[in-house]
Amino acid sequence: MTLTAWFALLITLGLAAWTVGALRRRSARHEAGRRFFRHPTAAWGIGVLAFFVIVAVAAPWVTSFDPREQLDIIQLKSQPPSWSNVLGTDVYSRDLWSRIAFGARISLSVGALGMLVAITLGTLVGAVAGYYRRWVDAVLMRGVDVGLALPRIFVLLIAIALFGQLPLAVLVLVIGLTSWFGTSRLVRAEVLSVRERDYVAAARAAGAGGARVIFRHVLPNAAAPIIVSAALSIGNVLLLEAALSFLGIGVRPPAPSWGNVIADGAPYLATAPWTTLFPGLAIALVVMALNAVGDALRDALDPRQQAKEST
Amino acid sequence: MTAWLVRRVAASVAIVFAVVTLTFFLLAAAPGEPLLGPDERQVDPHVRAELIRQWGLDEAPPVRYVRYLRQLARGNLGLSFSLHRPVADALAEAIPNTLLLAGAALLIDFLIGLGLGIYQALRVHRLPDVVLGNVTLFLYSVPTFWLGLILLLVFGAWLRWFPVGGMSDPILCPSVSSVYCTLDRLWHLVLPALTLGLVGAAGTARFQRAAMLEVAGQDYIRTARAKGASERRVLLRHQLRNALLSFITLFGLAFPFLLTGAVLIETIFAWPGMGRLATDAILRRDAPLVNAAVLLASVLVVAGNLLADVLVAAADPRIRVRDTT
Repeated sequence: MTLTAWFALLITLGLAAWTVGALRRRSARHEAGRRFFRHPTAAWGIGVLAFFVIVAVAAPWVTSFDPREQLDIIQLKSQPPSWSNVLGTDVYSRDLWSRIAFGARISLSVGALGMLVAITLGTLVGAVAGYYRRWVDAVLMRGVDVGLALPRIFVLLIAIALFGQLPLAVLVLVIGLTSWFGTSRLVRAEVLSVRERDYVAAARAAGAGGARVIFRHVLPNAAAPIIVSAALSIGNVLLLEAALSFLGIGVRPPAPSWGNVIADGAPYLATAPWTTLFPGLAIALVVMALNAVGDALRDALDPRQQAKEST
Repeated sequence: MTAWLVRRVAASVAIVFAVVTLTFFLLAAAPGEPLLGPDERQVDPHVRAELIRQWGLDEAPPVRYVRYLRQLARGNLGLSFSLHRPVADALAEAIPNTLLLAGAALLIDFLIGLGLGIYQALRVHRLPDVVLGNVTLFLYSVPTFWLGLILLLVFGAWLRWFPVGGMSDPILCPSVSSVYCTLDRLWHLVLPALTLGLVGAAGTARFQRAAMLEVAGQDYIRTARAKGASERRVLLRHQLRNALLSFITLFGLAFPFLLTGAVLIETIFAWPGMGRLATDAILRRDAPLVNAAVLLASVLVVAGNLLADVLVAAADPRIRVRDTT
C-alpha cells in the first residue's frame, strides 16, 4: 500500500473515533442516549460501524489497487500479507484489502437496503393487522405464519437459481421480501397495546382517518421495537447475502462482495487461508457491532428491561 | 386443551399446505424449459420431447398441481428427474444423515448454551460474564459456513485431528468391523456438528442469560428470599425453573435454524444430507425432489413450533387459561 493510503486509513480511524465521541456528546442530553452509551459495547459497535461505512465511502482513497485488477498472476498470486498488499493477494493476484474495502460498498448497501425493504413491509403489515384487527388481522397473520414456515434458504435458492442471475437490485428485493415476517409480528404486538391508549381514541374522536392515526399517533409510539429490529436485521441480511454469494448465486463476480470474496478464497483454504479469513472477519465484526448496537438500543429504548437487569 | 390442540394441528396442516402450493407454483413459474438442467443439454430434442410428454410436463400448471396433490394424498412423492429414482428413496437415505448431524448439533447447542447462559447470569457484570458475553456475541455474529471453514482449516488441515469431509472412511468402512465404523462416523461428525452447535449455543446462551436475569427481577424471587429460602433453593426451584419455560420456545425455534444452517455446512463438509440433496435438486431443476424437500422442511418447522407450544402449555398452567390462538 502506498503511504497516502496508509495516511487515509489513519484518518478513517480518527474519523470513526470522532463519530463515537460526537454521538456520545450529543446523546448525553437525553436519558435514552445516556442509557445507550452506558451499555458496555455500544461505543465499540458504533465505532466499528463508522469505520466500515467510511471505508466503503472512501474505498478508492484507503486502498492502492483496483479491486478487479490482476496485479501479476505469476509473481503475486496468493501472496501472504505484506507491506505492499496489506492483507495479501488472492489466487488471481488481486489485492485482498482492495476487494474487502470495495466489497464493503456492495455488502453494506445490500444489508441496508434489504433491511429497509424488510422493515418497511414488516411495519406496514404489522401496523395494519394490529390496528384494524378482526379479519384483516386474521388474514395477514395467517400469511405471516406461512412465511415463517417457508424454508427461506430454499425459497431464495429457487427464486435465484431458476429465474436466472438476478441484477443486484432484484437480489436485494428478494432478500427483503423474505425477511419481514418476524418484524411484522413484533410490530403488531406493539400496535395492539398502543391502539388502546387514550390519545389514539382522542385522535379518532377528532375525526382522523385510519392512515393518519397509524402514521401520526400509533407508529411513532411503537417505534422502539422497530428500531431495534432494524439494527438486528441489517446483520441478518448481511449473513444471508454472504451465504448466497458463497453458494455462487448472490453477488456476481468479479464485483466484490464479502460473501463472494470468501467463496473465491475457500477452495484455496489450505494454501492461502488469509483469503478466507479476512473477509469473514469483516462480516463477523460488522454483524457483532450491529448486534451490540441493537442490544444497547433495546436497553436504551425499553427502560423496563433495564430496570429488571439492574436489580 | 383438546379443542385448542385440534385447532393448532389444523392450522399447522393448513400452513404446510400453503407452503407446498406456493413452492409448486413458484417452480412452475420459473422460466426455462423443464429437463434442461446442466446434465441434459446434450439430449436429443426428440427424446426430450418424449420425456416431457411422459412426465406430463406439457400440461398446464393447475392440471399438474391437482395431479401432484392427488399423488401426495396417497403418500407418493413422485420420481426424481435428476436421480432417476423415487423421491422417497432418495429422502430416506438423506434424512437419517441430517438427523444425526442436527441431533448432535442440538446436543452441543443446548448443553453448552444452557450451561453458559446460567453461569453468566450468576456472575452477571463480572469478568467471566463480560468475557463469555463477548465470545458468544462473536460466535452469534459469524457466518456459520465461515466458522466451518475456519474449524476445517485449523483442526482438519493444520492439526489433522479430524477428517476434512464425508461421513465415513470410504476405503475401510464397508469391510472392517462395525465398531470401528461407528467410531469412524462419530469422528467425521465432530467438526460439522461442532460448527452448527457452537453458533446455536451462542444464541442459546444469550437468550438463557437474559431469561435468567428477567426472572431474577420478579416479585416471587424477592418473596422467596424474604421467606428465608436458601440461595440454592431460590436459584434452582424459583429462578431456573421459570427461566427454563422460555427455553422451551427456543427449542422449537432451533429446528429451522439447524435446517438452514445445515444446507451450507453439509456442502462444506461433504455430508450427504437433506440440505445438500435439496440444493443439488434446485440447481438441477428437479421439481419433484425440490417439492418434497420443501414439504419436509416446512413440516419440521411447523412441528417444532407446535411441540414447543404444547410443551409450554403442559409446563405452565398460566398459558392454558389464556388460550387465545
